[in-house]
Amino acid sequence: MNKKILCMLIILLAVSPFILFAGGQKESGLIKVGIVNNPPSESGYRAANVADFEKVFTEANGYEVSTFYSLKNDEQLNAAAQFITDGVDYILISAAATDGWNSVLTNAKEAGIKVFLFDRMLNAAPSLYEAAVVSDMANEGDTAVAWLKAQKLPVYNVIHIQGAMGSDAQIGRTAALDREFAAGTMKKIVQQTATWDEAEAKKIVESVINSGEPFNVIYAENDGMAKGAVAALDEAGITHGIDGDVVVMGFDCNKWALRELLAGNWNYDGQCSPFQAAVIDGMIKELEAGGKLASKKVISDEKGFDAATITQSDIDTYGLGD
Amino acid sequence: MVNSTTLVKGLRKLSQSQLAIPLFALFLVIVFNVFRDISFFSISVKTNNFGNTVLSGNLISILNGASELAILAIGMTLVTSATKGQDISVGAAAAIAGSVFVKVLRANEITMPVILLALLTACIVAILFALFNGMLVARFDIQPMIASLIVFTAGRPIAYWINGGATPNVDSPLLSYIGSFIPGIPIPSPILIVIAFGILITLALRFTNLGLYIQSVGINERAARLNGINPVLMKLLVFMILGVCVTIAGSINVCRIGLINHETILIDIEMDAILAVAIGGNALSGGKFKLAGSVIGAYIIQALTITLYAMKVSSTAVKAYKAIVIIVIVVLGSPVVQKWVLQIRDRLFKKSMKLVEYK
Repeated sequence: MNKKILCMLIILLAVSPFILFAGGQKESGLIKVGIVNNPPSESGYRAANVADFEKVFTEANGYEVSTFYSLKNDEQLNAAAQFITDGVDYILISAAATDGWNSVLTNAKEAGIKVFLFDRMLNAAPSLYEAAVVSDMANEGDTAVAWLKAQKLPVYNVIHIQGAMGSDAQIGRTAALDREFAAGTMKKIVQQTATWDEAEAKKIVESVINSGEPFNVIYAENDGMAKGAVAALDEAGITHGIDGDVVVMGFDCNKWALRELLAGNWNYDGQCSPFQAAVIDGMIKELEAGGKLASKKVISDEKGFDAATITQSDIDTYGLGD
Repeated sequence: MVNSTTLVKGLRKLSQSQLAIPLFALFLVIVFNVFRDISFFSISVKTNNFGNTVLSGNLISILNGASELAILAIGMTLVTSATKGQDISVGAAAAIAGSVFVKVLRANEITMPVILLALLTACIVAILFALFNGMLVARFDIQPMIASLIVFTAGRPIAYWINGGATPNVDSPLLSYIGSFIPGIPIPSPILIVIAFGILITLALRFTNLGLYIQSVGINERAARLNGINPVLMKLLVFMILGVCVTIAGSINVCRIGLINHETILIDIEMDAILAVAIGGNALSGGKFKLAGSVIGAYIIQALTITLYAMKVSSTAVKAYKAIVIIVIVVLGSPVVQKWVLQIRDRLFKKSMKLVEYK
C-alpha cells in the first residue's frame, strides 16, 4: 500500500513541472521564439551576433526565448525539430550547413510555425520561410574594391591575404578582387591564404618584402590578418595608413581595428554586420499586427569605413568586441 | 692522403649519425633555393618603424618564424622519448596559455614585472593542463595521443572562455621586445629566445642524469624501474617541460601581433611539431632522442613554407606541395631506405678504403 502511494507521489512530482509549465505558457502572452545559432565561441563575429539577439529578444520586449547553439548541422536539425514539438511561434535559424533543412522546414510550416533565416542562407524553397536577413559577402568585397578604386592610386600592386579557403567570407571577399586582377586594372603581387591566422599573414607579407617586389596595397580578408601584415611592414620600416606608402585594408570592424583606422595606421575596414536581431524583431511585430513583409530577402546594411572620415561615434556604434 | 681518409671517416660517421637525414633534407632545401633564386638568401639591414636597426631577409624570416615550432618540437621530443607517444594538445594548450598571458596583461598596466607575472601565471596554468595529460598517461597508462585528445578538443573553447569572447588586444612596446626586436639588437627576439631555451635545456639534460633517465624509461620501463628510476615521475616531468614550452610558444605568438585569437593561434602546430620530431630522425616509438634533430626538423618545415611563399605557389596548392616534400623526407628517413643506403655505401666505401690502404 505504502509503496503504491510512494509511486504515485513520485510520478506526480515528476509530471508537475510540465503541468505548471504548460499552464504558465498559455497565460504569459509572450511570443515564443526558438533560436538555432552557432555557438558564440566560433568567432568574435558570432559573439557579437549572439549578444545582439540576447539584447533584442527579451521578456521585456515580449518574447519567451529558447536558444540552441551548435556547429553541427544534425544537432541543429534536432533542436529545430524539438522547437516544433514544443510548439513555438517562430524559429530563427543560422544554419551550420546549407543543406538538409527541407523536411524540418516543411514540418514547421505544417505546424503553422513561421521561420526566419538570419546571417546565412540555406538551400530551401523560399515558400518555407518568411524572410532571410543575411550578410552578402560578395557585396562586402564589391564595396571594398570600389573604395580602393576610388583612391585613384597611380598603380595597384596588391598583396591579397585570403581567409580559410572555401569559407563564405573568403569566397565573397576574394571574388571582387579577382575580377580586378583578371581585368588587369590591379596587379596581383601575391595571393595566398593565411587561413585567418595572424602570424601566417605576417610571414606572407615578410616573404614579399624579402623578394624586393614593390607593392602598395594590402587587402586582408579579416582584421587579424591585416594586423599581422602591418606587423611585418613595421619590422621592415615600411610606412602604412594615411600618408603611408602602403594602403591597408581589413574586414569585420572589430573595435580595435577601427581604432587603428582612427589613428591613421590603416586605411579601410569593411563591415560584416552581425546585427540582424532588430530587423527580425521588427518583422515579427509586423506579422503579429497582421501586416505583411515587404521582401523575402533582406541584406544587412553593411558599410565600409575610411580612415579619413571615421569618427569615434562610428567605433562606438559599429565596432565589435572591446 | 691523410686528409682524404679523415674526410671519408668523417662522412662515414655523419652518415651513421641520427642527424644525417635532417641535415641532408635541410641541405636539399638550401640547394634547391640556390638554383631557384640565389637572392633568396640575401640579408639586408633596415630601419624599422620604431627606429631600430634590424636584419631582414628570408633566412631571418625562417629562423624567426620557426621559433614557436622549434620550442614545441623540443618538448614534443622529450614527451615522445619517455612516453612512446605524442601530445596532440600543444596548439590548444598554447591557446590557453596565451589567453591567460593576455588576461593578466590586460588586467594591469603593462610593465616588465607584470609581463613576468603574466608569463608565470600562464606557465602555471599550462603546466596544470600538461600534468592532467601526464597523469592520464603515467598513472592510468592511457595512450598519450588519446589522453591529450581531451585538451585538444576542449582547449580552444576554454581559451575562448578565458578571453571572454572576441580577440583581445594588448599593445605595448615592451611586448614587441619579446615578439619582434629589442632596441639595439638587430636579431629578432624569438630567435634569441630559442637559442637561450635550447642552451638551457641541453645543459639541464647533459649535466644532470635527466636525459639518460628519460631515455631509459622510453627504452625499457621495467628495467628503468629496477634500476631505481621512477617512470611515473619521469613521464610527469616531461609533460611539465612541455607545459613550459607551450607557454613560451603561446606568449611569443601573442607578442608578435599583439592580439590573441583563440581559434587561429598556432593552429595545426601539433602536427608540425610531431613532424619535426620525425624529420629529426627520432623514433616516434620513443627511447633515444636527439633534440638538435627535432630543432633542425622545425627549421626545415618553416624553410619549406617560406620557399613555397617565395615561389608564389597558389594558396589552394600549398599544403599539397608541402605534403609531397614531407613524404619524400619521411620515406628517406625510414629504416628500410636507410638500410639500402647503408648497403650501397658499404659497397662503395669498402673499395675506396681498400684503395687507401694499398697506397
